[in-house]
Amino acid sequence: MAGLLNALPGAVAQGLVWGIMAIGVYITYKLLDIADLTVDGSFCTGGAVCAMLLVAGWNVWAAMLMALIAGLLAGLVTGFFHTTLKIPAILSGILTQLGLWSVNLAIMNMKANQALNVNNYEMFVSLRYLQDVQKGIRPFWQHPVFTVGIFTLVLIGVLYWFFGTELGSSIRATGVNAHMARAQGINTDRNKVLGLMLSNGLVALSGALLAQYQSFADINMGRGAIVIGLAAIIIGDVIFSRIFRNFGLKLLAVSIGAIIYYVVIQSVISLLDINSNYLKLISALIVAVFLAVPNLRGHVHRHGHREAHHA
Amino acid sequence: MLKIENITKVFNPGTVNENVALNRLSLHLKPGEFITVIGGNGAGKSTMLNCVSGALRVDEGRILIDGVNVTGLPEHKRAKYIGRVFQDPMMGTAATMQIEENLALALRRGGRRGLLPGITRREREIYREKLKILDLGLEDRMSAKVGLLSGGQRQALTLLMATLQKPKLLLLDEHTAALDPKTAAKVLDATERIIQQDELTTLMITHNMRDAIRYGNRLIMMYAGRIVVDVSGEEKKHLTVEQLLELFSRTSGSNEVSDKLILS
Repeated sequence: MAGLLNALPGAVAQGLVWGIMAIGVYITYKLLDIADLTVDGSFCTGGAVCAMLLVAGWNVWAAMLMALIAGLLAGLVTGFFHTTLKIPAILSGILTQLGLWSVNLAIMNMKANQALNVNNYEMFVSLRYLQDVQKGIRPFWQHPVFTVGIFTLVLIGVLYWFFGTELGSSIRATGVNAHMARAQGINTDRNKVLGLMLSNGLVALSGALLAQYQSFADINMGRGAIVIGLAAIIIGDVIFSRIFRNFGLKLLAVSIGAIIYYVVIQSVISLLDINSNYLKLISALIVAVFLAVPNLRGHVHRHGHREAHHA
Repeated sequence: MLKIENITKVFNPGTVNENVALNRLSLHLKPGEFITVIGGNGAGKSTMLNCVSGALRVDEGRILIDGVNVTGLPEHKRAKYIGRVFQDPMMGTAATMQIEENLALALRRGGRRGLLPGITRREREIYREKLKILDLGLEDRMSAKVGLLSGGQRQALTLLMATLQKPKLLLLDEHTAALDPKTAAKVLDATERIIQQDELTTLMITHNMRDAIRYGNRLIMMYAGRIVVDVSGEEKKHLTVEQLLELFSRTSGSNEVSDKLILS
């Protein structure tokens, strides 16, 4: 139990970092109705780019910006496969993800991982900062929960603004009803590409944060990212859909969903003392449960809904 | 306003399912003309509309709107000139978006969509006034999701969206077929009112012969991808359903009139 309490701030911080990735997944999965598997690759791309640039002496914000741009490009490739080459979205994402494996290795000079010594670089977020704050060596505002929390709120604010603009609205319309969108003069193909780019940009940014947090980038760091993203979205939806109607709050729900996911995973590991090799299996099972909940609930309620419609 | 010149559209060419949907079809619409289109199933009515809107590409021939050759333009670029209402009430609106958001998307048809606000306060006043004219009480529910509306309300809203930016051409593809008779009549009346007010050049497909005679100032009947009857002016005004059926069997050389045509 004590182990769990000690691990909690770390779980919350990690959840916040992955929450940004989940918000990226939300854009494709919920707004564009595309299950984009690029993220498993682009998450690592972001981490790799950020780590290599930090090692090369770049400023952390510049490194994160480049990670974001790398993610945008990954999304662009998937978008090109899907819209120009007419390859189904899910397959387009898998193709990019596969290709990114090699790209990510190349970014890291053909090594499977790149360590970041926290003493050598000024980073935005790090597990060490969390420990330092707990020891009282650093001011509280350098606590990862605080910094990533503020960062997330700023991102949600920007996204809230963007999806309220003419362009942002047209991207939402593309996802809801492409027929209607085209009839209203909206270039649906271009919007899908833009959405995929924005999504993977955020995913890569999240990867850049995780690389800093854990002090290394690793070729496997994005494996299963899409599952975590979906889990966060669905957990957030199951818990908050009745109270959070506003778009900004819905994004916040995704971030909170990611935190809950990490706390649950951490609890399972600490309390049951399970070999961490079973982490992926546990993740898959937890996500399967959360994916099933809305469907099962819908099954029970369906009759009631129909009657309501006829009335 | 609209010139269709010798367009041909073949589905599944070179297979056993080959189907010539449009066969060297030509049609000219003068500005302000309101044409009703009838014909049996598979006559090519919807295919013609879809070729004009750009949802389908023609195999041969040209399509010009107000002198502009749009044959090679994708659907979203042609939308600058065209307002559309579909048969399926689900198709013309974004269900999970608000009524006012849908209208705001329609107001920007043909324009560039940048980083300006997607909707402004001043627009809302315009929408409120326009929705009042529909007389469905939607002006008080502008922030409601469109998915909550009935089929008739959605079609009326789609009609408003199609004409919010005055289109050079209005395409109506059996837009009242999915509605109950009373609602259909209401939507049709609103349609006629808007068309007359804005003097819109219109192509309206219908399965209902009476509606085809009652509305519009020109009537065409299609059969096997061609126009087989084309009446306008006084002649159209005095047309009866019986005459129309007679005309149909004479020109098409067939008694095969779809059940739907007779029943409606």
